[in-house]
Amino acid sequence: MQATLRSLLGWVDARFPLTKLWNEHLAQYYAPRNFNFWYYFGSLALFVLALQIITGIWLAMSYTPTAESAFDSVEYIMREVPWGWLLRYLHSTGASFFFIVIYLHMFRGLLYGSYKKPRELVWLFGMLIFLCLMSEAFMGYLLPWGNMSFWGAQVITSLFGAIPYIGDGLVEWIRGDYNVSGVTLNRFFSLHVVAIPLIFVGLVVFHILSLHEVGSNNPDGIEIKKHKNQEGIPLDGVPFHPYYTVKDLMGLAGFLIIFCAVVFFVPDMGGFFLEHPNFEPADPLKTPVHIAPVWYMTPYYAILRAIPDKLTGVLAMFASVGIWFFIPWLDRSPVNSIRYRGYLCKGALTLFVISFLTLGYLGSQPPEGSLVLMARICSVVYFLFFLLMPIYTRFDKVKPLPDRVTD
Amino acid sequence: MNLRKKTEQKIVWILSILLLFIVCQSGLSKAEEGEFPLDKAKIDVSDLPSLQRGARLFMNYCSGCHSLKYMRYSTLAEGIGIVDSSNHILEKIVKQDLMFSGDKITDTIKSALSKEEGAAWFGTAPPDLSLVGRSRGKDWLYTYLRTFYLDSKRPWGVNNKVFPEVAMPDVLFNLRTHLLAEKDGQEKYDGAILDLVNFLMYVAEPVKQERERIGIWVLLFLGIFFIFACLLKREYWKDIH
Repeated sequence: MQATLRSLLGWVDARFPLTKLWNEHLAQYYAPRNFNFWYYFGSLALFVLALQIITGIWLAMSYTPTAESAFDSVEYIMREVPWGWLLRYLHSTGASFFFIVIYLHMFRGLLYGSYKKPRELVWLFGMLIFLCLMSEAFMGYLLPWGNMSFWGAQVITSLFGAIPYIGDGLVEWIRGDYNVSGVTLNRFFSLHVVAIPLIFVGLVVFHILSLHEVGSNNPDGIEIKKHKNQEGIPLDGVPFHPYYTVKDLMGLAGFLIIFCAVVFFVPDMGGFFLEHPNFEPADPLKTPVHIAPVWYMTPYYAILRAIPDKLTGVLAMFASVGIWFFIPWLDRSPVNSIRYRGYLCKGALTLFVISFLTLGYLGSQPPEGSLVLMARICSVVYFLFFLLMPIYTRFDKVKPLPDRVTD
Repeated sequence: MNLRKKTEQKIVWILSILLLFIVCQSGLSKAEEGEFPLDKAKIDVSDLPSLQRGARLFMNYCSGCHSLKYMRYSTLAEGIGIVDSSNHILEKIVKQDLMFSGDKITDTIKSALSKEEGAAWFGTAPPDLSLVGRSRGKDWLYTYLRTFYLDSKRPWGVNNKVFPEVAMPDVLFNLRTHLLAEKDGQEKYDGAILDLVNFLMYVAEPVKQERERIGIWVLLFLGIFFIFACLLKREYWKDIH
């Protein structure tokens, strides 16, 4: 039996680099041995992506992308399709957890300087994935055709109207109609299930390929390739498989406990994951009392609203996402990891996290009174974190780096 | 080194506390949003007699104008326990107590009132109530159904404290005056409304109980899986460091 399998593998290897790929990316990919809690979220993101694709395929089998029956078909999935409710809750909860996992994954990058030379492309591909994720979420949110779906899409697409000269035409071109309508729903469905997922998966491949080309960073932010044994294997590295496959399996089990607790016990998360007005069908004549995007978009929405001028607000919103692309070149610190940086960097990161979370909260609230001022202050802090980065990272005190990774 | 690990753990803690704070904050402000304070509806969707009483109330007082278009009579009968000991639907009882039209038991619950007529009579077509439990919530429904008051400026002579300028007349007026004449009338009326709200919450998500029942087994399995995954990891990693 084993001999047959081995000869089969030999047959395949002579025609396709199966063993080579396996070794390069798993069995002989050496990852630093000191990964901590923050390093679970890469593999978890990959898991959630697979989950979204698989549940999405089955949802699309029973979903109808027309204005007349989209809402009905979602309820049909919830009530009549066997296990349809589970598919739908896995997909809707998966969307929110995708953002939780990705935000923590990005925060890890900020903590340990994982974007710094030579990992700039890893970061850039990652940011492109983040853009894909946001557009997937935005377009997917229209599909249930609930009232918040409709008005959310109406508000966000109208933002493009702020662009001078071409604005109005552009909005019409995006919607395919004068208003968000069945035409918009149909094209968003097409983009959500075909176009963006294709780009998404391609970018994930590039993200991992570029990571494996340069090797993983680690909580100490030092290169493990500096110290190798006679066989050229990093002394502080362990083969990804089996060491990190079993460790990530443990992380996955822990993640699934939290994830399934939400799916099975609080799938709407008190209106955070599935918003209450979205249980009413889309109605162009009935604006919800308070239009707010789902929680993962609220920080950028808060920045948009913090600025009184519409065009400037829209630009600031796009800039708040776009500025992340420049981090590898904004950070001038001689060390990667927060562990060896001084109080300037630590303080800046703390202020940034606080302002990001506060903006997230403010974006979910109606913009009234002191909340507007708070949103403005937080927006300024948000941008200063990036804009002052070349200065505070250069003048910050650093601690001496260890020669080998610490435990 | 230990110190460093501790700072990182501290970051995790601070972040989770911040997150919790934000969730609580937004929960609080949600409560402030509604202008009229809502009463808490203490309901239990596993209480079958309550669901059955609620279904009867709905069919008698609401179904004339409001449909439950995503719900079938048969699914409903099964869900609220109008079944015999071997789980067969008691069709006769369903037809006699809950169905007032010539519909089949597998039909969805439609109302007698057409959209056009509804819009002509009330100014706005009475909405389908399949999902009202999820869009409005139990407390809103419970308070709404108990806060109609006389207002001669409105076409039906009534208004509502939770839903100002409401188009719906006070359809439960007769039931209420009838019950309030009895001893403990208010309690009985509140109880009846609780049954109705319970029923609407059930209809909004009929799968809820099954979902939670399965969820417990899923979490138990994952708990055990997590323990084995930890042991497996420890076994592999014991030579490292």
